[in-house]
Amino acid sequence: MTSLQAIDVALDRRLQPTNLEVPAGQMIALVGPNGGGKTSLLRALARVEQAGGKVTIDGENLDPASQARRRRLLSFLPASRDVTWPIAARNVIALGLDRADGDRIAEMIALFELEALADRPVDRLSTGERARVLTARALAARPRVLLLDEPLSNLDPYWVLRFLEVFRAAAVSGQALLLALHDLTQLPEFDRALLIAGGEVQMDETPAGLMASERFGEIFRIRESAGGRWEIRTPEDRQSSR
Amino acid sequence: MRFSIALILVLCIAAHLLLPLAPLREAQAIDPSLAELLLIELRLPRTLLVIGYGAALGASGAALQAIFANPLASPDISGASSGAALGAVIGGYWLGLTQPLALAACGAAGALGTLALLVALAGRKADTATLLLAGLAISLAAGAATSLALALAPSPFAFYDAFDWLMGSFVDRSLAQAAAALIPAGIATALLLRRARALDLVGLGEDVAASLGLRPRQLSLEVIILSAIAVGACVAVAGAIGFVGLVAPLFGRRLSRGHPGSAMLPAALVGAILLSLADLAVRAVPLDRPIPVGVVTALFGTPLFIWMVITMRRRLTA
Repeated sequence: MTSLQAIDVALDRRLQPTNLEVPAGQMIALVGPNGGGKTSLLRALARVEQAGGKVTIDGENLDPASQARRRRLLSFLPASRDVTWPIAARNVIALGLDRADGDRIAEMIALFELEALADRPVDRLSTGERARVLTARALAARPRVLLLDEPLSNLDPYWVLRFLEVFRAAAVSGQALLLALHDLTQLPEFDRALLIAGGEVQMDETPAGLMASERFGEIFRIRESAGGRWEIRTPEDRQSSR
Repeated sequence: MRFSIALILVLCIAAHLLLPLAPLREAQAIDPSLAELLLIELRLPRTLLVIGYGAALGASGAALQAIFANPLASPDISGASSGAALGAVIGGYWLGLTQPLALAACGAAGALGTLALLVALAGRKADTATLLLAGLAISLAAGAATSLALALAPSPFAFYDAFDWLMGSFVDRSLAQAAAALIPAGIATALLLRRARALDLVGLGEDVAASLGLRPRQLSLEVIILSAIAVGACVAVAGAIGFVGLVAPLFGRRLSRGHPGSAMLPAALVGAILLSLADLAVRAVPLDRPIPVGVVTALFGTPLFIWMVITMRRRLTA
């Protein structure tokens, strides 16, 4: 069943008109070189002000939807972890909800092990701690679609694994997830992978299929060495692949 | 906490209205209607103006800080107050306007002009240094332009005349003048307060706010226009008063637990308290000439501002 459907979503000079269908319960990785358009695709889907095209979730058009409705449909976690204001972690999570629901906030605090940090102002937390608070905020309203820009950055290894568990549990419960990421070793955790470069979706495959393809290495300018590690492609590789 | 702030404000209003008590008592002894006249015609406009101006500065300061995502953005630092003074001087001494409401409109236009210039120069996502430098440049330019406009004004007394209100004064303002400042400022402030929740959400980042269906650019424009009206109208009647719009939001956010938008209401209350205290201090000074209120707010505001800069620097380097 299709959850999110995007028709000709675009962002001025950063993202070409793009069509995308995301079924409920799917966990999708967005990969691509720096500046390729991962963030732009997420922002366009989140409907930032200049975004073109149309996004529907379960047939409901996002643009005219009310704030309360949008919270049920989608949430967006930007890559920036900066918060200017000294808001307590607990209250940041509450901003993800229409009204302060103490039970749900307590649930998110427990899920992200924030008990000791809940009453501290977020602008004084470490980047990784703030990432947990902001992700809890994004998940709090249980939206049908989660758009997460580099949610695994700044996390220690334990929290990378915990986040992947939390995301998988969300997918199993029927939420659709789009995650931008850079660490290719995490790709096998996903159901599907989009390779984005030059403001366009270049490939849309299974993670294994994506990594095995020649084009993947070409776009990233890397190749898999004999030891299973990535290394930089030399100009000769490019010659020989032609 | 909120209750005690409201209580302090009520006490300040009462004190501002009744102190000094001696003239009221003397008038009462001569003729009760004279005391009433003193209270309604002289004291009340001044009290209303002080409370309204303080509240407008607090609320618009908090709102500007919310949209610039910077605790140092405020009507004075951004140059809005200086722009409003320039607008009012041009309106009063060059265009020959005398209607308080027309002068208030000139003040609002001046404030809007400087805020627009600030956005054009520094951008809405400017870092603190850029914002401060751009605001400083605009303030200095507006201040110089104000002096020039006064020096070249058709009236030879313009300079002397304007000094009285440029640095902030509430002396001898009529009810009509108070109304010209407070009606636009009151409406603008009320409209700002309605955006508290939206500005809290903008605190999570503009993209997050947009994903919730808000329009951050439009919201910023709205805040800038409303702040310009609120501050500009008050400056045109009572002069440019610094630091209240910078410091009151700081206290406001203590009361709103860090939320930048919900800080507007408590910041308005704190702004009203601070300005009424400053004006009480001005009246308490036993001099035959009035001291500008802006001097008193600057006297107390400067150390606070320096403390803010130091704590910000410490946090940046920590």
